[in-house]
Parts: sequence; C-alpha cells; structure tokens
Amino acid sequence: MTVYFLCVVLLTMGLYCLVAKKNIVKKVIGIVIMEYAVNLYLIIVGYKTGGVAPIVEPGMGETALERFVDPLPQALVLTSIVIGLGVLALMVSMCIRLYEKHGTFDMSHISKLRG
Amino acid sequence: MENITPQLYTLLVFMVIGSIVAIETRNLLSAVISVSAVGFALSVAFLFLGAPDIAITQLVVEILVLIILIRGTILLDNTAVELHRDTLAVIVSLIFFGLILGFGAMIFGSRGFPEFGEPLMNVSRVYVMRGLPETHAANIVTSVILDYRAYDTLGEATVLFGSILGALAILRKDGKVAKKEEVVPA
Amino acid sequence: MKGLTVIVKTITDFVVAFIVIFGAYIVLYGHLTPGGGFAGGVIVACAFILLMLGHGKEVAFSRLGERMGHVLDSAGALAFLLIGWIGLAGGYFFLNVFGRGDQFRLLSSGMILPANIAIAFKVGTSLFIVFAALAVFRRRSFRSMIEDELS
Repeated sequence: MTVYFLCVVLLTMGLYCLVAKKNIVKKVIGIVIMEYAVNLYLIIVGYKTGGVAPIVEPGMGETALERFVDPLPQALVLTSIVIGLGVLALMVSMCIRLYEKHGTFDMSHISKLRG
Repeated sequence: MENITPQLYTLLVFMVIGSIVAIETRNLLSAVISVSAVGFALSVAFLFLGAPDIAITQLVVEILVLIILIRGTILLDNTAVELHRDTLAVIVSLIFFGLILGFGAMIFGSRGFPEFGEPLMNVSRVYVMRGLPETHAANIVTSVILDYRAYDTLGEATVLFGSILGALAILRKDGKVAKKEEVVPA
Repeated sequence: MKGLTVIVKTITDFVVAFIVIFGAYIVLYGHLTPGGGFAGGVIVACAFILLMLGHGKEVAFSRLGERMGHVLDSAGALAFLLIGWIGLAGGYFFLNVFGRGDQFRLLSSGMILPANIAIAFKVGTSLFIVFAALAVFRRRSFRSMIEDELS
C-alpha cells in the first residue's frame, strides 16, 4: 500500500517539474521521472511475495512455476523503456535546436521572441 | 523467501530524494546526474522485484540517457537555472496528487484492487504454465514479447523508428533550400 | 589530437571487443537467460559510442559508417516484419511456424532467435546513428557560432 503511495509521490514530483519549471531541460527531466514512476508501478503490481524471476530452469516442477512473478507487466515495461529512450533522443535534439536558434533554454524568453 | 519490503522502501525513499535534488538544484549538470542516480536505483529495485530482464535493460538504457543528456546540455556556456516561484503550478500539482490518491482510494475500497504481493495473474498463469511447452523458450518474458505478443513489439519498433527518424530530421546538417537560394544569385 | 588521452584510448581498444562479444551473448541467449534483443542491441551501441567518445568520430565511422548504419537499421526493421510475414504461411501474422527443436538449447524456439537478432540490429544501429547525429551536430554548430562571432 505504502509502496503505491510512494510511486504516486514520484509521479507527482515529475508532474510538478514538468509544469512549474521554465527551463526546457528541466521539463525533459520531469518527463523522465514520470516515466520511471509509471514503470516501477507496473512492475510492483506484478510482484508476488516470495516470487522468483520468470525463467524456467531444467527440472522445475509445477509448484516451482507457481512461484513466478507476473511476466506480462515485465514484457510491457520492457518495450516502454526502449520507447522512452527514443523519445528522449527526440526531445534532446529539439532542445539543442531551440538553443541554437534562441541562445537560451528558458521557456519564457523563447515564447517572448515571436518570429 | 526473504521479505524484500525494507530494501524496496529504502530504494524508493532514495529515488524520491534524488528526484527532489534533480528538480530543485540550480545547475543543469547536477540535475542530469541526479536523475541518472534515480534511474540506477530503479534498476536495482527491478532486480529485487524479480525482473532481471528489465533490470539489465534499464541499466544499459540509463547509461545512454546519461550520455545523451550530458551531450545535450554540457556544451552550453551558461548552465545555471534562474530561480523563480510559480504558485499556480504547485497548486495544479497538488490537485493532481489529490485526484490520483482519491481515485486510488476509490478503486482500493470498492473494486478489490490487488494488494502488494498478491497479483491477480488471470492471463499470466496461462503464459507461465504453457510458455515452455508451447514456445520452447525458457525465458517467459521473451516468449511473451516475441511469440504471444509479437505484434506489440512490431508496433514498438515502429515507434522507435519514427522517433529516431524525427530526431535525425531535426538534427539535419544544413537546410538544402537555403543553400540553393545562395547559389542562384552568385 | 582527436579524442581523449592515450590512457582512455588504450583501454578503449582493449575493452570494445569484449563489450561487443557480451552484447552478442545477451542477444543470442535471450530466450534462455535474462536479456534479449533490446538490452543486447543497446550494449552493442554502447561499444560504438565508447569508441566515438574515446577516439573521435572518424575512427568510429571507419568501423561502422553512417550510411551502413542506416542500411542496417532499416534491414533490422524489415527483417522483423518479414518474420511476421512468414507466419502468414501457417495462417496468422507472427505465427511461429519454424521447428521448435529441443528445450534449453541455443537453436530452439523457432522464430524467437532470428527475431531477437533483427531487433538487436534495429535498436543498436538506430541508437548509434542518433548519438552520432547529436555529436556531429554539436561540433558543427559550435564552430559556426564562433565563426559568426568573429566575422
């Protein structure tokens, strides 16, 4: 229960960073923190007390299979992590382009300069 | 099997503190390194939660995130962040925090959301029991992402392809139209 | 002198081959041990990025050219799609129609091994390309900014 609460705290801190900070690199960092929180939450939902990693070894019986943690959220989070890396590369390249054009990372300065 | 809850709480508190440092520090390089520390702690947490696949991927991806973010920010002469306070943003964040907690309490109260350590596993039981006999892959996660749900992985590869293509288009070397305009008057 | 100090260069030359071998192991044994195409591809990309950070971009591009990187990136994506199309022979998209082999062997589990290899090529080369684009862009735009200041 408290574990879920800490995940929500992490998510809200990422949201605060995304909304409140004027620096666009700080906004990117906020998105990254939110992504961590969601991935961790999905894995925690699939955890079974006393569970082991879902990898079969030779000679395992049915009772050993019962102790596996949930493999489905792990498969979904695995794709989510790699997508996050691709999106991060896209966001950082946008930040570099904006810096080259305006000479600053500050969002309020960038939005004042029209044209 | 030992109880992993103390280790998990320690790692989560470390992640929250690291995020606070990453959000509130005035130096961009410190912020990038702090967010990377949070990512490495997340990798260790995945290892405790019985997900070595995710732990390996998160560890390696975190190294690339650190390199890319540093490459993007360190070239700049001025990496200090201006200090400012935005009360509206704080209020919005607190409202969303309350909303998420409220919905969570509603679901926990009425719908019987699973407690920590007791997953439902209605669908996953089929994957776990029939994964090895059907696909002959000992790693159940791999048998899910590349056999049962390979279509999802194709969509993921498409998203990655699109985002990398977008990044390359943004970082294209020189505008070709501008070059042509320069040539014509000469 | 391009790149970092001679200590970093020596260690880089020594270590890069081992990193590539480790990445190949993670990819090839992805269906038996933890790992798989995603993690192994990123590890191989890290080896080339280490080469680029240590020696400068010319050495890294001489091992894996930018054009070759684009070709391998697209080839990986197309190979994964082709594996899905092969499944149509049995009736469904992505149906595993290859022979399964023995359990707990390297050459088993049908299309999972080729699909892992295709994904590793796709992820690794695309991440290397985007990092190379970031590095090259930074050098060029910095120089052009300085030249603008001088002129």
